[in-house]
Order: sequence, then C-alpha cells, then structure tokens
Amino acid sequence: MSIPPSRSRPWSPYLGGALAGLLVVLSVFVAGKYFGASTTFVRGAGFVESLLAPERVAAMPYFIKEAPKLDWQALFVVGILVGAALASQVSGTFRVQSVPDSFDRRFGGSALRRGAVAFLGGVLAMFGARLADGCPSGHGLSGTLQLSVSGFIALACFFIGGIITARMQYKGR
Amino acid sequence: MDLWFGLITGVLFGVLLQRCEVIRYDRQLGALRLRDMTIVKFMLSTVVVGMIGVHLLLDLGLVKLSVKAAVLGGVIPGGLIFGLGWGLAGYCPGTAAGALGEGRLDALWAILGMLVGAGLYAEAYPALKAGLLTWGDYGKIALPQVLGLNHWPIIAVITLGALLLFRWFEKKGL
Repeated sequence: MSIPPSRSRPWSPYLGGALAGLLVVLSVFVAGKYFGASTTFVRGAGFVESLLAPERVAAMPYFIKEAPKLDWQALFVVGILVGAALASQVSGTFRVQSVPDSFDRRFGGSALRRGAVAFLGGVLAMFGARLADGCPSGHGLSGTLQLSVSGFIALACFFIGGIITARMQYKGR
Repeated sequence: MDLWFGLITGVLFGVLLQRCEVIRYDRQLGALRLRDMTIVKFMLSTVVVGMIGVHLLLDLGLVKLSVKAAVLGGVIPGGLIFGLGWGLAGYCPGTAAGALGEGRLDALWAILGMLVGAGLYAEAYPALKAGLLTWGDYGKIALPQVLGLNHWPIIAVITLGALLLFRWFEKKGL
C-alpha cells in the first residue's frame, strides 16, 4: 500500500495539552480520579499469573495491595488505546509499523531487534514506575499539577534516565 | 459508573495524544534527544491548565487532592530506572496503549515487557518494602507546605516558567 493521499496535520501540542488539562480537571471534579496508568499493569500481571498459579498470587503482598480487578484506571488505559485507534482511523494516520522511523534509520529495519529493545525497555520502565509509585501520568501529570514533591522529583528522574539511554543509542546523530 | 468514566476519559485522552503525535516513538525519543519538544509542550500545557483548574476547585471545596508520598528511596532510583527503560522502549505505560491503537506493533512488545516488569516488581516488593522503601520517607508532602506559601504564588511561578520555556522552544525551533 502506498502512502495515503491526504494525511491530517497534527494538532498543536499546546492546544492538545491544554485540552488534556481541562480533561483532568473534569475527571477530578466528576469522578474524583487523577490520571495514572502503571498500576493497571500490576493488576494485569497479577491476573495473568493467577491463571497459572492462583494460590501463589493470592499470597503475594504486592498483588494483595493491588489486587487484579477491572477499575477506573484499567478502563482509562483501554480507552487510550480505543481513542488513539479511532483518531488515527478518522485522520488517516493509522499505520501498521513494527519499527519506528528514527529507530529504523539508526539501527535498521529488524522487527526482532526493535521488539527486543522495546521489551527490555518495558521491563525496566515498569519495574522503575512501580518502585517510584507512578509513571509519567501518575507522577508527571497528576503529581506535578497537585504540586506534590514526589511528582517533581519523579519527573526529573524520568528525564535524566531517559536522556541517558537515548544518548547511548543515538549519540552523535 | 466509575468504569464508564474511566473509559470515556481514556478515549478522549487517547484522541488528544494521537492527534498531537505524543504517543509516537519518534516524538518521545525526540524529546529525550533534546531535539523535538512536542511531548514536553503537551505535558507542560496539561500540567499548567490542570494545576490552575484543580486548585480553583480545591479553593471552592469541590475536589480533593490525592498526593503521593515522597519516599526518596523509591522515587529517585525508581524514577531513574523508569527513565532508562523509557529511553529504550520509547513508550510509557499510557502512550504504549495509544501507540498500539494507531498500529505501532512494537508497542505490543513494550506492553509485554511492562507486564513482566510489574511481575518482577511484585516478586521483589517484600524485600524492597523492608529495605529501600524505608529510606527518606517524607510522607505526602506538597510544595505549599514545604515552602510555607499559599499555592497561588507557586502556581504563578510555574506557569510563568512554562510560558518562558515555550517561548524559548519556539525561538529555537524545538
């Protein structure tokens, strides 16, 4: 398939971000919920593991603390997927792609290599997010907008760590 | 009802993230390579508007804050480890779901990795809770208490800082 003839231009990140800010305010006002995403992955992991070893999972303190269940946040994360799917279809920007453009230019088009890096990155990112008790949604957005000290520290550490591995991979390019 | 609110909020957030291209690997890495500040512009705009709105409603007694504890033994190493992984994956937990929605199949590998990472953390949790997570626990503190100031001057300074940063980004074409 060739490149679609008319792709919508992206929206301004200032406008989109401001609308997302209004969405947070509305969510807090209506549902009492601040944005967050990483706890859902704990509940998801607990759910998968409970299919294999239910008794073991039932006795693990972290899975007791964050029990596998469908809650506001789980649907929020699913909603992000659905919203991005709808928006990309409507705007003609949906694109099945295994290797992102900039990764391809730097490391070549191997889907296996990209998959391995993405997987390893995912493992580290989630381990870190749970240790930090939040990800860029929970700390970076919700934490900082409440002026919480943990939010600002976490956000700074996210960027420091991210800049380090980005440099290691793309140094001088 | 909570579940419906979660879904609707997620869908709207997903639309905004997708249309601003914030969920793309290229944009995420662009920010970490300090050459494309799209995601920073988006994040800071969300924070400034959210910060003003939530504190207005707070003053009116209409909402509650939900501040996370500042446990330095958790948030500093955890934040750094998250960052190292973020720079490799090019997705964070929320944007990985969105990226998969717009057809980026590598996000699926990142999501699988995140599930494994969550499982590993659950294994390590009892030891971490007794060790690292006891270090530097300052409780649920926020800037107004720490600085002994009302929230509005702090919000004003952060807003001004964000606007100056935006002006600088536009000047530099970032």
